[in-house]
Amino acid sequence: MAEPITYLEAIRQGLWEEMERDRRVFMLGEDIGVYGGAFKVTKGFLEKFGKERIIDTPIAESGIVGAAIGASLMGLRPVAEMQFIDFIACAFNQITNFAAKSRWRYGAGVPIVIRGPAGGGVRGGPFHSQNPEMYFVHTPGLKVVAPGTTYDAKGMIKAAVRDEDPVIYLEHKYLYRLPRIKEVLPEEDYTVPIGKAAVRREGTDISLITYGSMQLHCLDAAEALDKEGVSAEVIDLRTLLPLDADAIEATAKKTGKVLIVHEDTRTGGIAGEVTSLINERAFEYLDGPVLRVTSPDAPVPYSAALEDFFLPNTQKVMDAARKLAAY
Amino acid sequence: MSKAARKESRRKQPPGARTAPEARPAKGLSPDKQLDIYYYLKLNRMVEERLSALYRQGKVQGGLYGSKGQEAISVGSAYALAPQDVLAPMIRNLGAMLVRGVKPVEFFLQYMQKEGSPCKGRDTSLHFGGIDRGFVPPISPLGTLVPVLTGVALAGRMLGRKLVAMTYIGDGATSTGDFHEGMGIASVMRLPLVVIIENNRWAYSTPVAAQSLLTDLAEKARAYGIPQGVVDGNDVLAVHEATESALDLARQGKGPVLLEAKTMRMRGHSEHDDAWYVPEEERRFWEKRDPIALYEKRLVDQEVATPEELAAIVERCTSEIDRDLAVAEAAPSPRPESCIEDIYAPLADPGSEEAAPKTPASARRS
Repeated sequence: MAEPITYLEAIRQGLWEEMERDRRVFMLGEDIGVYGGAFKVTKGFLEKFGKERIIDTPIAESGIVGAAIGASLMGLRPVAEMQFIDFIACAFNQITNFAAKSRWRYGAGVPIVIRGPAGGGVRGGPFHSQNPEMYFVHTPGLKVVAPGTTYDAKGMIKAAVRDEDPVIYLEHKYLYRLPRIKEVLPEEDYTVPIGKAAVRREGTDISLITYGSMQLHCLDAAEALDKEGVSAEVIDLRTLLPLDADAIEATAKKTGKVLIVHEDTRTGGIAGEVTSLINERAFEYLDGPVLRVTSPDAPVPYSAALEDFFLPNTQKVMDAARKLAAY
Repeated sequence: MSKAARKESRRKQPPGARTAPEARPAKGLSPDKQLDIYYYLKLNRMVEERLSALYRQGKVQGGLYGSKGQEAISVGSAYALAPQDVLAPMIRNLGAMLVRGVKPVEFFLQYMQKEGSPCKGRDTSLHFGGIDRGFVPPISPLGTLVPVLTGVALAGRMLGRKLVAMTYIGDGATSTGDFHEGMGIASVMRLPLVVIIENNRWAYSTPVAAQSLLTDLAEKARAYGIPQGVVDGNDVLAVHEATESALDLARQGKGPVLLEAKTMRMRGHSEHDDAWYVPEEERRFWEKRDPIALYEKRLVDQEVATPEELAAIVERCTSEIDRDLAVAEAAPSPRPESCIEDIYAPLADPGSEEAAPKTPASARRS
């Protein structure tokens, strides 16, 4: 019987298997080789795959992503690590202008993966805790994924490596070693398709649409709501671009009441997009306004007192859900 | 003269004076190849002249970025590439694209936003090509190509191909972070990358003296411990020779090379810009050093060709351009709704056989 593994180990396994499967796959980033990565995602990779395929680079995020793009144009499958996803801002031009538009401009796909630890809850402060997804969700040509379970973490990194388009793979660092989400994974090769949401919990009265680590709060809230006689469905978006519009439409029509929960800040967050989508596709089915629970419009703070106030939690989800259920 | 005084006196000289071309024989280039180079120089200028006329007729919209006065850099450098090398041109390197096999019709279609244009009417200027043709197309933000070509050079090495990745960068773009990030990575990885600084003295309206205090931008190579060179960008054979040397060095596996070609942008940044900010004296100085006129004189002086033979080459360019332009003029506009196509690869289940990587058997693990 296989042992349950962590979310981080699932990512590591996925990358390892893809590198074994396809010699075109290689990785580049800061401290990923000898050191094994800041979070040890690439521990042991250098020894196994050699320095030709596990490349320690200078501190140059735009250079790293640019080099990944160039190599992908030549037929390789680079996986670029951002040591913290916050630093992806330095590579914004390469990602949004070069990688995202190449296929559309002149027919060349850029099959690269840019991955790194995102999200808060670890007292990392404003430059080690961000949720940068929406900078990229607004860019046609990119795919943005944010797995929230151990199974998905592995299946989606494998799907990302095999994808023909540039994928931003956001791994939530709060989940990296969280015992609660350890899982026994299948021994055989599997992928989790990009662009498909998952129903994490079936329900009939209210829909909680979420992704990443926030689904834990949603599941806990759903559990508590159940005791109050409210049946909540929990949808994990998993992919933020392209959005699974069908799954969103289906759950909105099913329950007629939707609460969107995300850790990213409020203005311009994915909740606004999901709300519009529901308005366009399921307005007549709604029995209340589409509500959202998000972080406030502020940088992610450092102090525990501040960050705990800042982040959504089970209580905030419960409060909003009760309000919505009462309509 | 002290080093500082020498530097000062160099600064005071008219730009480019110390690199005036000498009438010396072309190294290693047969008369036929020398005339081939002449053909590309003329074709470069004449295609751009025709595009300029189309712009005035309102048939070309958006920016039209000419390379008048800089043709020798594009043609001389691209002529030195081996077939397996990968080139990323910038917007003023139409000549380099001609040398690498792009036909005038593609520029006309592209600039006139026609269906059948290399970018299907979606993108402008010289933003086209593809690895299958030996190109990485540029994008408008500057400096971006240096890291990308670093990746091309890296992949070339990983795939066991003896290729050099080469790109151009303007004097202005040597101020960007991407230029430095790319050079930094390429140098520590000893990658076969050649970056040619096309120093045309003006970044839009900003003079080179406002970009850098260096007399030679090639000095930036010192920051990376890599070889550098400076060449007269208006002497096509000198550019060719210097590029060959740079490519040789890069091919030896010692890392990237930074080559600066000094020239002058003889027109505005784009067609709408009359370059009023360029001092008259500077413009006149460089007008006397037109790379094509200088080359014509050399070919005739050294009896590589007669004026009549050169005229025949010009005639050939004219007829090719006339023919290609007629094709482009007749082409329809693209389907409007096609602008929302081709954003992603056709959907396939990543686990399915169709989506399985198209890997050459040799590159797969058994």
